[in-house]
Amino acid sequence: MSELTLTVMRLGFLAVLWLFVIVSVQVIRSDLFGTRVTQRAARREGQRPQQRQQQRRQPQESRRGRGGRNAPTKLVVSEGSLTGTTVALQGQTITLGRAHDSTIVLDDDYASSRHARIYPDRDGRWIVEDLGSTNGTYLGRNRLTTPTPIPPSEPIRIGKTVIELRK
Amino acid sequence: MSSNISNTGGHSTVSSGGLPSRRNTELAMLVFAVLIPVFAYANVGLAVNDELPSGMLGYGLGLGLLAGVGHLVVRRWAPYADPLLLPLATLLNGFGLVLIWRLDQSERLHQRAEDLFGAFSPDAPGQLMYSAIGIALFVGVLLLLKDHRVLQRYTYISMVAALVLLVLPVFFKPVNGARIWINIAGFTIQPAEFAKIIIAVFFAGYLMVKRDALALASRRFMGMYLPRGRDLGPIFVIWALSLMILVFETDLGTSLLFFGLFVIMLYVATERTSWIVFGLVLSAVGAVAVASFEPHVQDRVQAWLHPFAEETMAQSDQVAQALWAFGSGGVLGTGLGQGNSDLIGFAANSDFILATVGEELGLTGMMALLLIYGLIVERGVRISLAARDPFGKLLAIGLSGAFGLQVFVVAGGVMGLIPLTGMTMPFLAYGGSSVIANWALVGILMRISDTARRPAPAPAPSPDAEMTQVVRP
Repeated sequence: MSELTLTVMRLGFLAVLWLFVIVSVQVIRSDLFGTRVTQRAARREGQRPQQRQQQRRQPQESRRGRGGRNAPTKLVVSEGSLTGTTVALQGQTITLGRAHDSTIVLDDDYASSRHARIYPDRDGRWIVEDLGSTNGTYLGRNRLTTPTPIPPSEPIRIGKTVIELRK
Repeated sequence: MSSNISNTGGHSTVSSGGLPSRRNTELAMLVFAVLIPVFAYANVGLAVNDELPSGMLGYGLGLGLLAGVGHLVVRRWAPYADPLLLPLATLLNGFGLVLIWRLDQSERLHQRAEDLFGAFSPDAPGQLMYSAIGIALFVGVLLLLKDHRVLQRYTYISMVAALVLLVLPVFFKPVNGARIWINIAGFTIQPAEFAKIIIAVFFAGYLMVKRDALALASRRFMGMYLPRGRDLGPIFVIWALSLMILVFETDLGTSLLFFGLFVIMLYVATERTSWIVFGLVLSAVGAVAVASFEPHVQDRVQAWLHPFAEETMAQSDQVAQALWAFGSGGVLGTGLGQGNSDLIGFAANSDFILATVGEELGLTGMMALLLIYGLIVERGVRISLAARDPFGKLLAIGLSGAFGLQVFVVAGGVMGLIPLTGMTMPFLAYGGSSVIANWALVGILMRISDTARRPAPAPAPSPDAEMTQVVRP
């Protein structure tokens, strides 16, 4: 048999063997990429485009509402055992406390398990609210009694922990 | 805005990736898996004899028939089983047949057999028969074992059976320095291959009952969970047994498989890393201790450390030849039927069959082959994750762990990573016990996966429902 034929067969066989491996992996790709999450709303054909539009519009709106370039983009812990921790502000509510499901779990004897939360209001301003903590939440030097908008670079003090919103 | 997020997150469903039976996928893969060995067969024929081998049609049909029977039985009696296990095993078995047939064509091996035994007998027909028996056992497992949980009843019986199988070879003549074969009515059987399945059943049943005691009663020390002294008992017993196998049967492979399997299953059952550390330390201590006084083991270690030394070559040049075969194969290999791996001589088509793959298909083919083995192990682990009962989980992990360990022990031995042992590459190598036992192993895995993926039966209608659910005016 000619050299060429044998070379072609040799490389061809390797290719076919690898093709088999690749096809096998394709068969089980649902295992590799985990479970499939389908949107229930997406199944109803009529509502799909509307919802997508909503989602697309959402970030633009919020940026405009938050006051453009002056909006804080991250939350920084500047004192206490978590010093240096930063959390990106993306429109979600941030909860603070000793409870394990808090966004920022405070390892602080003076903090309550659900101490305070920080959330954006409709205009995109960030509000801090005390959740009935024992030792209170301080914005600057004042103890909070109502939900209060956070002025730029004003420290929030919870027990030994101090956090600030920064750009 | 936060309400928007919960809005999109709340209306989603999570599906487990489709519960269709996937039998048609299996059939397609099976056709592919039969065609590849036929291609290899034609390739060997063209390279060695310059013509398409005459038995090609018969061989292809035979392999196809075996695979087809397996597939039909799965379709009927285990419709939700894993779609990949049967094609992968079929490919390995078929490709192994081709390699054995290719070595049967070797002039050197003919000459060698005639010098030693006076006549040469081809091994491929025998292997085809063993494959048929293997598939028959696979079918038998699927037909007879309706629910793998039945095996749980035989926990301690299987312990006794496994011990008997492991001890039996001691009473027979050693073959090539290792006592791992028994001889019954002219048939040579390697009982360790069957023992590996039975011992997995025992470990699964035992650990299912004892796992809480082993996992929870422990102290924390230097970042590790140390088990209590009395909980260490079982691991020491198994360790001592595996050392005894090593001493009396001088079989490193079985010993390693036996102990490694226990450590893997112990780790999976208890989720304690300390067992792995204990296992590694104990096996290292045991291996060094035995190697220091057992001459047969010493020889193997010498051959592993200095494969090209004069003393080693004088005794046997197998390991050196295998390493040369891998080296001369390079990246793309010499092509099927065009290598010189038959220089290995003895056991070229059983223990050393990987050297032929390494030489004729090169690193590229070797990687593909090892990936196929890896996929079988992956399917086993996946089945274990999907299984709903703890016994099934442990059994699936145990069987795939044993399979993976065996591949590691053999491949590592041939490639010079660990000392060579007397085990065979599952499905690929010549050896009746190995092929038959591994088909049974795949059968049990298929049964567990069928049970795991089968949709839950509709709840039985309660006889009282009609009475209490009648709406009275």
